[in-house]
Amino acid sequence: MERKIRVLIAKPGLDGHDRGAKIVARALRDAGMEVVYTGLHQTAEMIVETAVQEDVDVIGLSLLSGAHMTLFMDVTRLLKGKDMEDVLVVGGGVIPEEDIPKLKKAGIAGVFGPGTRIEDIVEFVRKNVKR
Amino acid sequence: MNDIASKVLKGDPRSVARLITLAENSSPEAAGAMKDIHLHTGDAHVIGITGVMGSGKSTLICELTREYRKQGLEVGIIAIDPTSPFSGGALLGDRIRMMELATDNGVFIRSMGTRGMLGGLTTAVYDVVEILDAAGKDIVIVETVGVGQAEVDVIKIADTTIVVLVPGLGDSIQTIKAGVMEIADIYVVNKADRSGVEQTLAEVESLVDIACTNKDRKTPVLTTVAKENKGVVELIDEINKHKKYLKKSKMFEVQRRKRYEAELVEIIRKRLMNFIFDESKFKGKIESLIDQISNKELDPYTAADEILGKILR
Repeated sequence: MERKIRVLIAKPGLDGHDRGAKIVARALRDAGMEVVYTGLHQTAEMIVETAVQEDVDVIGLSLLSGAHMTLFMDVTRLLKGKDMEDVLVVGGGVIPEEDIPKLKKAGIAGVFGPGTRIEDIVEFVRKNVKR
Repeated sequence: MNDIASKVLKGDPRSVARLITLAENSSPEAAGAMKDIHLHTGDAHVIGITGVMGSGKSTLICELTREYRKQGLEVGIIAIDPTSPFSGGALLGDRIRMMELATDNGVFIRSMGTRGMLGGLTTAVYDVVEILDAAGKDIVIVETVGVGQAEVDVIKIADTTIVVLVPGLGDSIQTIKAGVMEIADIYVVNKADRSGVEQTLAEVESLVDIACTNKDRKTPVLTTVAKENKGVVELIDEINKHKKYLKKSKMFEVQRRKRYEAELVEIIRKRLMNFIFDESKFKGKIESLIDQISNKELDPYTAADEILGKILR
């Protein structure tokens, strides 16, 4: 039985712009993945608890409000605490170039800003899924 | 006992989630654990919630769960959405309406795709109900995909089946008469603050009057406004009344027996299909048979005899 890649797409914090997240969610679905979409205003705790219950292979975080350094890192920190570092975490939204190295060091494997081709995100997920 | 099974029995969420994944993927590791947990199941009340798209099932489930939690009960929720027949992927969005429950550790929510199964459910749903039951959930709620006329499999698994409608469906009640309108233990007209609710109530009630052959119990018809938490406590009352009725009338055992029958059939079916179509032993043979059928060298019935003959000998 073919295993499906399960992805959680979440929007942490107060940012209300969800078009990008929905586009990525749909693209991943069209690529054969099962995508759990949680909608807006998620805390890091809600995201990680959801990731546990849904047993996801990938978490995609979308943020356009500038709070990525705190909120993305909150998620990776919680995942580390739960021994869930085998979950691939990627981020997207409005993220300045200079923040990307710090995010990658904290465990965000890929950062996909505006202008990223959808196919590149799909390919990245397929190639880098750890579980 | 199997390691993951003992963790599931203790209610560990990681293990519950892992076992659900293993069962859903028909992993060989799943069978051992499922065998160990089966004896520890049977206590959870299984509620099936079905209804057309947009009727508010997910919101209603969220409110039901909050009320059950106030009563100190633990709840498992299985939210099913359709898998695309083309890509094999699925957008599982029922959770959006339930996110306030995400950090309550008395609630476990799992989103699942139908993965090719018709009928409104998914192939592993029987396993997942047992896993959540074994993990200590008092109530297990199964939310089917948005249904039309034929997605009635929910009755195979639920102790109590609730059909959710909305006002203004009007003619749609006529069109969904067969199947979905026959299976309810409780009808709920949600979004009852909308216009047309009296008419919808009247239509459902007249349907119940005509269809109800059971002298001991008349199918109740309730109204709710789920997003305002109205009518939810009354719905729980009716669910509890139904449970008492099942136990008193011995229908409970009859229902459960149907569920185990459906579960056994599904396990056998999956194994057979895997054996025939996935194991390399037959794959080459099947491909060659399909070629022969396409070239009109063979008909499908004879081809099937060839494969089945090898298995059933």
